[in-house]
Amino acid sequence: MPLTELTAYQLAQQIKTRKISCREVTNEFLSRIEEVEPRVKAFVTVLPDEARRRADLLDKRLAGGEDIGLLGGVPVAVKDLICTRGIRTTCSSKMLENFVPPYDAHVAERLAVEGAVNIGKANMDEFAMGSSTENSAFFPTRNPWNLNCVPGGSSGGSTAAVAAQEAPLALGSDTGGSIRQPAAYCGCVGLKPTYGLVSRYGLIAFASSLDQIGPIANDVRDSALLLQAIAGYDRRDSTSINRAVPDYLASLTGDVKGLRIGVPKEFFVQGVESYVVDAVRAAIDKLCELGAEAVEVSMPSAEYALATYYIIAPSEASSNLARYDGVQYGLRVAEPGDDIIAMYSKTRAAGFGHEVQHRIMIGTHALSSGFYDAYYLKAQKVRTLIRRDFEKAFSQCDVLATPTAPTVAFEIGSKTNDPFSMKLADVCTIPVNMAGLPAISLPCGFQNNLPIGLQLIGNLLDESTLFRAAHAYEQATEWHKQRAVVEKS
Amino acid sequence: MSKYEIVIGMEVHAELLTESKQFCGCANVAVAPPNTHVCPVCLGFPGSLPVLNEKSVELSLRTVLAFDSKINKHTIFERKNYFYPDLPKAYQISQRLFTLGEGGCVEIDVAGQDGQVQTKRVGLSDVHMEEDTGKSQHGEAIGDPDSSLVDFNRAGIPLLEIVSAPDMRSIEEAESYMATLRQVLLYLEVSDCKMELGRLRFEASVSLRPFGQEEYGTRVEVKNLNSMKAVRDSLRAEIERQTKILDSGGKVQQQTMLWDEASGTTQPMRSKEQAHDYRYFPEPDLVPIEIDNAWLDRVRAAMPELPRARRQRFQTDYGLSAYDAEILTSTRDIASYYEAALENYNNPKTISNWVANELLGRLNAENKDIIASPVRPTQLRDLVKLIDDGTISGKIAKEVFDEMFMEGRDAILIVREKGLGQISDTSEIEAICQRVIEANPKAVEDYKGGKERSFAALVGGVMKETRGRANPALVNELLKKQLS
Ligand SMILES: [Zn+2]
Repeated sequence: MPLTELTAYQLAQQIKTRKISCREVTNEFLSRIEEVEPRVKAFVTVLPDEARRRADLLDKRLAGGEDIGLLGGVPVAVKDLICTRGIRTTCSSKMLENFVPPYDAHVAERLAVEGAVNIGKANMDEFAMGSSTENSAFFPTRNPWNLNCVPGGSSGGSTAAVAAQEAPLALGSDTGGSIRQPAAYCGCVGLKPTYGLVSRYGLIAFASSLDQIGPIANDVRDSALLLQAIAGYDRRDSTSINRAVPDYLASLTGDVKGLRIGVPKEFFVQGVESYVVDAVRAAIDKLCELGAEAVEVSMPSAEYALATYYIIAPSEASSNLARYDGVQYGLRVAEPGDDIIAMYSKTRAAGFGHEVQHRIMIGTHALSSGFYDAYYLKAQKVRTLIRRDFEKAFSQCDVLATPTAPTVAFEIGSKTNDPFSMKLADVCTIPVNMAGLPAISLPCGFQNNLPIGLQLIGNLLDESTLFRAAHAYEQATEWHKQRAVVEKS
Repeated sequence: MSKYEIVIGMEVHAELLTESKQFCGCANVAVAPPNTHVCPVCLGFPGSLPVLNEKSVELSLRTVLAFDSKINKHTIFERKNYFYPDLPKAYQISQRLFTLGEGGCVEIDVAGQDGQVQTKRVGLSDVHMEEDTGKSQHGEAIGDPDSSLVDFNRAGIPLLEIVSAPDMRSIEEAESYMATLRQVLLYLEVSDCKMELGRLRFEASVSLRPFGQEEYGTRVEVKNLNSMKAVRDSLRAEIERQTKILDSGGKVQQQTMLWDEASGTTQPMRSKEQAHDYRYFPEPDLVPIEIDNAWLDRVRAAMPELPRARRQRFQTDYGLSAYDAEILTSTRDIASYYEAALENYNNPKTISNWVANELLGRLNAENKDIIASPVRPTQLRDLVKLIDDGTISGKIAKEVFDEMFMEGRDAILIVREKGLGQISDTSEIEAICQRVIEANPKAVEDYKGGKERSFAALVGGVMKETRGRANPALVNELLKKQLS
């Protein structure tokens, strides 16, 4: 079996026991990248030299008898909105095309401490706004299962890299489904942790109250491993939760006896394809066979989540993205004689793509005086209702099971003229961000050789239960063992 | 006398005396080479996040307590969004809805109609926290007419904004308000209030209305005031401008004016810079601040006595006049100096004279702060003791004080070294009296002939011989004895 088909957990074990070297592993993945990347286009920046240097350093430390960490020698693809010191971080935007951060994000530091090898910066929808990675200012990423299809988004580069075996692990970020939806489309395991579990320090903000960094992997164990490496309190993020991180790997017991699975009926209606409903229902049945029990729950406010999201996220984004004004860093467009207002206008018109401009305008409008109460304030109230719906649901069950996305991956370009139906791709994932809860997506079937995602939603800080349920399901099924075959075009 | 009543409100920005900035670890300093106290957070770099400096909340709480404002125990930061080159994130972290303090008042002294000092309460509408911006320099100032440069050292320094109600009715009241506020902030050690460095900044809003009219006139904001004088002059100019408009039957425009020191006039700000919709919303990168009673108790316990209370106490406890009490409480350091000098020696009146007249006089002449006084409080006390126990006369004491001020030495050493001690030795004075009597037969004769004034000339003679050091009572007694 080629090294690129091993899981991150297996790679770390074999490196630790000196069966293989970090250098070998890194080289294997770099040649895989060389082979498939021209077709998949998962990366904005590949880091062959840095990765090899880093692998050699780790090998040296290993030879010296050092413990090189949980991820010792394992390559990780990093979504290109996570700041990496000295390595350009673009957000897939012309605005930051040449932006080189002077500092590392908290998760980048954590990866370094745990011995990971940053193999490249993954493509994404510009500033994480989108569900297909078609909004990258540079190029769209393709779905390794079918190169004519999108990988989902906005973390489409990260999930495509993992699905195409260009990296065994990747970091993504999830504001309304940006980890889980592309994980579903690419057949990966993608987790959005509880808001506050992973520090946002160094994550270039889209919508601060919703953004969360999380792991993308080929199976549940790898997902738990990567979360273990990045989770935990960081005083530089005021919204970071100060609590001891549990041992996630220890939760992979395979035992789901007595686990109560809530099935919110509102997630199985409008727009969700019947093949998705069938696959998810079958997955719930499988979990029940393993000893869990299903209970129907109701989430009446969930239907307002999408509309609420499209007020809150653009509002915060309009403020977060205002700093890209051409003054300090990034793109500046100005001609001699231009005043400061002209510089702002030209810079922002040239630097931001259509979708980003669109959302900035929505957000600016929603926060404007005279509209604030009707939009932003109202949206926050709905958010509270959604949160209460979840609280009520979790008084009746331990996890919720829903589809991750209403369909499988769609064809590139098929929805670019239909932004509303594109946004419906996030209808099942958005309520989770509204409530700050953890949720995991994992494969539960195929339609036309494209993966279908099962979403399990957990209670606050209860990632362990999510891992336990997801792992038990995974062990009882074969979906995760199927790997994308990247066609030669 | 104008026919319009003046209505003034004040907005004060005070940079807080914290060691570091409000949301990052950079040092809070007023003077440094450009962009030397900056980091990704205060530069608003992508991905950076703010972390609240609790000290800034504590200093703000002190102020809110001092002015008796209502404290919002659950308070949040909000983003105030606008584009400006010296605003790195294009929003300022500020407060609008749930400000730290609401209401309260500043008690100021104003001259009543009978000339007596009266107390007036100027209401506060809100007291809130926000971060300062950077500073832009344009064109000529940097030697290139087409460019601007920005210094972000100031960006992120914690500010306290104190907004008053339009309660002031004259320039004098506005001045008294500023002076009082400044004094309290200094007492609280909340700000160093250095206006020349922009650590304390005032903005005024002014309107006029006919006497007797209840409704306020149209308000004009006046900005760019970086000294007390600028506030006074700009208010005078703006009131004059509005009076002319009203007198000629015109209407005052609601707008923001900038004070132009050179021309001595207020000039309207460009309209582009005026109309802002700040699109406030709660800052999602910070959590709400919960102020519990324990925290408030800690802040209260650390609160110094405020100037008004201290002034009152100096009058009742030490029997000082209102005037002396005011001088001795004008700053917290002066008051502390005075009380330190009083410690273990209960002569508040004499010590107050020495501090208020001699010491402050000398310090002012040399432009020195009382903290830098070469004469320590205990040294001043010992000097007063020497006068009280008769070792030196009041006159000699001034000579000794001069030496102390120049050299910082103890009074007793100077007195000994220079032989300035009072002569109370009977035989020594007797001998001198003898010599003076022998040298002035005419005066002796006149005295004996009933001219009392000649006695004074003889005393003067003794004093001259002893360079004023002879104990005056003893001189009187011994002279009389010898002459009888
Ligand atoms: Zn800083």
